[in-house]
Amino acid sequence: MELLPTIWFIAIAVLWTGYLFLEGFDLGVGMLMKVFARNNTERRVLINTIGPVWDGNEVWLLTAGGATFAAFPLWYASLFSALYLPLLLVLVALIFRAVAFEYRGKVDNPRWRARWDWAISAGSFVAAFGVGAALALTTTGMPLDANGDREGGPFAWFSGYAVLGGLAVVGFSLLHGLGFLALKTDGEVRHRARAWFVRLLPVLLLPIAGWAVSLQLLSGEAWTIAAVVAAVLAAVLAWNFARKGAEGRAFMSLGAFLLLGSASIFGAAFPVVLPSTLNPAFNLTVSNASSSDYTLGLMSIVACIGLPLVLAYQAWTYWVFRRRVSAAHIPEAHSFLPAIAAKALAPKD
Amino acid sequence: MDALEIARWQFGITTVYHFMMVPLTIGLGLVVAVIQTLWYRTGKPEYLRMTKFWGKLFLINFIMGVATGIVQEFQFGMAWSEYSRFVGDVFGAPLAMEALLAFFVESTFLGLWIFGWKQLKPGVHLACLWVAVIGSVFSAYFIIVANSWMQHPVGVEMVNGRPVMTDAWAVFTNNTALVAVPHTLFGALAVAGAFLLGIAWYHLWRRRHDGIDTIGADGKVIPGEAAGILGRDRNDHTVWIRSLRIGAVVAMISFAGTAVTGDLQGKLMFEQQPMKMAAAEAACHDGTGFSVLSVGNVGSKNCDDVVAVIEVPGILSFLAKGDFTTEVKGVNSLLGEYQAKYGTEVPNNPIYGDRAGQQIQYVPVMEVTYWGFRMMIGFGGVAALAALVALWATRKGTVPASRGLMRLAVFGILAPFGANAAGWIFTEMGRQPFVVAPNPDPSGIDQVFMFTAAAVSPGVSAGEILTSLVVLTSIYAVLLVVEVKLLVKYIRGGVASAMPELVHAPVDENEDSTPPGGPGKPDDDVLAFAY
Ligand code: HDD
Ligand code: HEM
Ligand code: HEM
Repeated sequence: MELLPTIWFIAIAVLWTGYLFLEGFDLGVGMLMKVFARNNTERRVLINTIGPVWDGNEVWLLTAGGATFAAFPLWYASLFSALYLPLLLVLVALIFRAVAFEYRGKVDNPRWRARWDWAISAGSFVAAFGVGAALALTTTGMPLDANGDREGGPFAWFSGYAVLGGLAVVGFSLLHGLGFLALKTDGEVRHRARAWFVRLLPVLLLPIAGWAVSLQLLSGEAWTIAAVVAAVLAAVLAWNFARKGAEGRAFMSLGAFLLLGSASIFGAAFPVVLPSTLNPAFNLTVSNASSSDYTLGLMSIVACIGLPLVLAYQAWTYWVFRRRVSAAHIPEAHSFLPAIAAKALAPKD
Repeated sequence: MDALEIARWQFGITTVYHFMMVPLTIGLGLVVAVIQTLWYRTGKPEYLRMTKFWGKLFLINFIMGVATGIVQEFQFGMAWSEYSRFVGDVFGAPLAMEALLAFFVESTFLGLWIFGWKQLKPGVHLACLWVAVIGSVFSAYFIIVANSWMQHPVGVEMVNGRPVMTDAWAVFTNNTALVAVPHTLFGALAVAGAFLLGIAWYHLWRRRHDGIDTIGADGKVIPGEAAGILGRDRNDHTVWIRSLRIGAVVAMISFAGTAVTGDLQGKLMFEQQPMKMAAAEAACHDGTGFSVLSVGNVGSKNCDDVVAVIEVPGILSFLAKGDFTTEVKGVNSLLGEYQAKYGTEVPNNPIYGDRAGQQIQYVPVMEVTYWGFRMMIGFGGVAALAALVALWATRKGTVPASRGLMRLAVFGILAPFGANAAGWIFTEMGRQPFVVAPNPDPSGIDQVFMFTAAAVSPGVSAGEILTSLVVLTSIYAVLLVVEVKLLVKYIRGGVASAMPELVHAPVDENEDSTPPGGPGKPDDDVLAFAY
């Protein structure tokens, strides 16, 4: 086993976990725009809890993708090209979602807002589902030939695991979003979010548990099975804290659940990064898909400098915006007349 | 059309579109940061208003750059998997660094800037914008390092048929990148300059048209006030005239910058990709003359149908070498050299599919290179000239009453966008038939190259790529309409559109003239900025 590729496998697992932890809650809050928030003010409360941070969270996805390209070009090339159409859907979802956050409040009109609300909630759902499906398939495999290219047409990747992985990330994100709202809002929204969190936890975590357990059956090891057990304990803790109203602890426990769950999943998959369901000899592994040691060494130096910095200033952002948001903080809609209407109003002289 | 052609169209369309947003983000970001610094230093209300107004437009545009950038990142793997496999060891690194060292900085600090008006101390708040803007400059650097490696591979060795990085320093200080980065940054500033100029002109014209500003006996402007409409006060006049002046100066400086750096780039390209530059001149035969106008079939493949109508002797040599006499090689003599070095037929390798055995077409589409090169320089020059005229025309403090001139200034905003697009289209299509163009340096690195025909994803069907092309193009078209509509709405709203405090509270000149006195007020306060 080579050292640097292994380190980079871990680094990419960390980036994906960071992505699911951070963007997880803003995807969840996005989905909740339709099913949870009851009126425009509540929707604005929801958006403003994630407003300053969602773009920074999304960069974790870009970094995970970019790091895969740099460290495991063959993994990046095979995974992204094999999943062409599902990733197109993810892209469309991310485009609409991003634009919606910025443009929703720019025209003071209920129909305009309703359209962008759909873009946010449907976009968040599709993005979460697609990322989950892609991650599940990179652990369970696709029909790839010796060159790493997909055989069998545009939908050959489809399997039950894709659905399971998709539901897993959707379910986790919804729950994580509720936990985040309970932590970041005040008043009616906060209490409802906490109640939903407690009530829905078992259902929402079922698919991700299913994925982790089935992967253990396929290729688990003693320590990864232990991680699954610990993850279940963390989920129970989260539930208990939420019931008692300890929102911060509930949030962190769910974070621990994600960490352990993702360790068990990536750990069980290692050292294969993308299995071929046609022939195990075609599997992409940590050693046959990686870049040269020179490139990995360079990237390691950059990551050692860059990643701690990112963590530090992103943490600072959360500190700056630590205040809970509630309906009372939301200003009235900003409507203005075109300044050029001045003609009608200007004093004639 | 097969998968390759569709994938190329898709890459071209999505990248050119992304690069509509990008230069405005970079250029306007720099300008807004300077203006906010002026406000921080002087406390003058017009600078606050300018920061808010131009900052609003900046954000409306920024988000589209984010949304379309994600497509770029995924696209290499999705549609160009063979390319990604081939170049991954070198090309992935700058891409990953761009995300880790630039995108994180940009997005996080911009979030702080947007929402932090009250939460942060004024100096810290300003610093956040500067950090975000510097992040965008870094992102330009990293992506251009990646692109420059495709134009001019350095710092690698072939191992098992793939280039492997051996010298990161060479890759990150590729001379191609070192001139392309400032060139692109100046190109971005050119966009911002014309943007400020056109919009400010419109508002000044409107103030005259509405009878708010009048002209005194000495020909100088007398700024007035429209009592009925918020924001249309005397200060408003200062906002626009100052924006106009800043825009014009930025436009002129940046054109000079693109010309100087572009000249350096041209001299490098004559060495690194002589065929691209010969095609840019539609120069078939060796010579020294620069074609001002060539007619005939510029796109013709055998090149002998092209007739240079107006040619200035010596200029081509100057562009290429800095003197007036060196003969510059034309397409016909280069063709032989390329064929001798890189073969005459597409290699018999399964990755080329039906193309194997075909004649390789080394001459890029000359209509595109010839006109692309001229449009880039032409649009840029026109914009700079217009800026000079604008400075002179507004020396008395406002713009002429002419509606036609106003329209010209507004449509002039498009010129630098056109120059940028033309520049990239020229650069990228002039590189054909290579996706990684060979570096002519004979030290062995001249065998590191890849034909575009080998780069596309073998496992992906033409139908899939066509689907994404149609989907993305339609979404981009719709979003362009939405973005432009919103920009127009906020532009017409004037300063009040970006300052709810002007609309919802009585205007108090003193209130918006002093920087806010420190961080967070008590909890019951409404948010300074909210979606
Ligand atoms: C000269 C500069 C330049 C060039 C040539 C490109 N970009 Fe870009 N890109 C930027 C300069 C930039 C930027 C100004 O930094 C943007 C605009 C909005 C933003 O967030 O950053 C950006 C956004 C942006 C984003 C979104 C970042 C975010 O979410 O915050 C991605 C993923 C990319 N780009 C990737 C690419 C790729 C793969 C390109 C090559 C084909 C490319 N860009 C060309
Ligand atoms: C942002 C400005 C850019 C523009 C406007 C642009 C434009 C284009 C165009 C028009 C094509 C199609 C050419 C053809 O017919 O093949 C193309 C192809 C391509 N460009 Fe760029 N490009 C830009 C930047 C980049 C950068 C920064 C990179 C790399 C990091 C890049 C990588 C590619 C690749 C991989 C292809 C596909 C292969 C090919 O067809 O040559 N481009 N680009
Ligand atoms: C006298 C003026 C100019 C000259 C001599 C010039 C020259 C060049 C040359 C030779 C290239 C090709 C470089 C390559 O193949 O890699 C290029 C590319 C480009 N030009 Fe210009 N240019 C000029 C003005 C402008 C202006 C005014 C703009 C925009 C406002 C602009 C934007 C671009 C862009 C975006 C590219 C592609 C990216 C790059 O390689 O930097 N150029 N220019």
